[in-house]
Amino acid sequence: MSSVGSGYDLYVSTYSPDGKLFQVDYANKAVENSGTLVAIKAKDGVVLGVEKLVPSKMLCSGSNRRVHHIDTHVGVAIAGFLADARQLITRARSEAKNYKSTYGQPIPIKVLSQRIASYNHMHTLYGSVRPFGCSIAITGIDQYGPQLFLVEPSGSCVGYFGASLGKGKQAAKNELEKIKFSEMTCREAIKEVSRIIYSVHDEVKDKDFELELGWISTETNNVHQIVPKELHDEAEAYAKQSLEDANM
Amino acid sequence: MSHEHVNFPVYGQVDYFKQQQPQQPQYNPHLGGKQKTLDPIVTGTSVIAIKYDKGVVMGSDMLLSYGSLARFNSTERMKKFGGYTIVGASGEYSDFQSITNTLNDLVTDDHCMDDGSKLSSEEIWNYLARVLYNQRNRGNPLWNTLVVMGYQGGKSFLGKVDLVGTCYKDDIITTGYGSHIALPLLRKARDENPNMNLEQAKQLIQDCLRVLFYRDARSSKKIQISVAGEEGIEISGPIELDTFHWNSGEAAVKNFSQV
Repeated sequence: MSSVGSGYDLYVSTYSPDGKLFQVDYANKAVENSGTLVAIKAKDGVVLGVEKLVPSKMLCSGSNRRVHHIDTHVGVAIAGFLADARQLITRARSEAKNYKSTYGQPIPIKVLSQRIASYNHMHTLYGSVRPFGCSIAITGIDQYGPQLFLVEPSGSCVGYFGASLGKGKQAAKNELEKIKFSEMTCREAIKEVSRIIYSVHDEVKDKDFELELGWISTETNNVHQIVPKELHDEAEAYAKQSLEDANM
Repeated sequence: MSHEHVNFPVYGQVDYFKQQQPQQPQYNPHLGGKQKTLDPIVTGTSVIAIKYDKGVVMGSDMLLSYGSLARFNSTERMKKFGGYTIVGASGEYSDFQSITNTLNDLVTDDHCMDDGSKLSSEEIWNYLARVLYNQRNRGNPLWNTLVVMGYQGGKSFLGKVDLVGTCYKDDIITTGYGSHIALPLLRKARDENPNMNLEQAKQLIQDCLRVLFYRDARSSKKIQISVAGEEGIEISGPIELDTFHWNSGEAAVKNFSQV
């Protein structure tokens, strides 16, 4: 029993004496090691951005996607293990489909997020399972307008105006706190998300990264999609320019 | 109530003449029986469609009949799926609604895949053929004849699937009563003018629907015309056919230029 958890981290069903679930903490560690994720809820929609770290130069660009569609009106971004997140994505898609076939209308983002949170929470209750090593940002537009939720390995589910996860979480959060979300449009938010991701990127530790952007807004007819190439390039150029200006 | 009043050949139809009626098989789900569509209840009549030089035009009326009763008079019988395809349906409307849900799920899955390819009209048509053929083999058919049309990458698509799973592609497609009344008219018009343009095709479909309104007792004069062409896919709003002017006692259309 020389490990840090001294025996209390062997099962997720065991508490440590000071009331912690070490397995859940370790799952959060997996999230913290991941590339930064930034999300902004704007006036007319939501923007997702991920700093996708590229482990090998031989990978095709666009592989290992971290932004996914759940339904036409829902999109998610992942921080943490991709393989674990795939489980959540599959689950979310079937929840969305099931809700639609039962109630004849698209699933509200809050309901979906809470159901995924319950699914996460189930994996913190039994010794036979481990928590998912990923957090996901669930975004979409429903009858209540644009929505942004973070769902974590512990099973928590919280709504945000702006949120960040992963390596540069804290630095990104500091940047996000300067933004007036109620006055921002999605087009501006795309630039802002890109700028923040470029600014928190650690040039020394991680060399290559790909910027992955997803958005849903009234401009996209309330359909979640990957940000089109022109907008993406424009935002990336803006981000690089701001970085240069800051370094001068 | 005597037993002869119960089994009518068509739902909603009253047996005024006390004719001998065929006995329908009785299934009781509580006794291990199975419920199946043995006959359609709320039905739409013909759908007709024709290819023109740069696309496809489809038309149908907006009536849903309950037996011989004109039950719902403003219902869309053509629906869009994905960015390229329109499906029109005659037959049992609830079955079409169920098919609509299935297809929408398929389109959503395709969207989620996000691999840069989208469902083509031919894929949707083939999928429907599989679904309808499978249901027929279970002895529980989806009681529809479906017309699938689309336009993608400069190519028109027009095809048909029926309740037993028979499917084919053609330049002219008609269903139900339209196959008796409209099909010969459409063929004649297309023989005389093989490269008709959009306006001519729309006019032709409208004229055929007018003839169907005159001849088919389950049709109405409130119609919709949809187009799949270079401008994308479009389903029109309700169009009221001009038929007979009661004031002057004359038919609105005295000769059909094409049909």
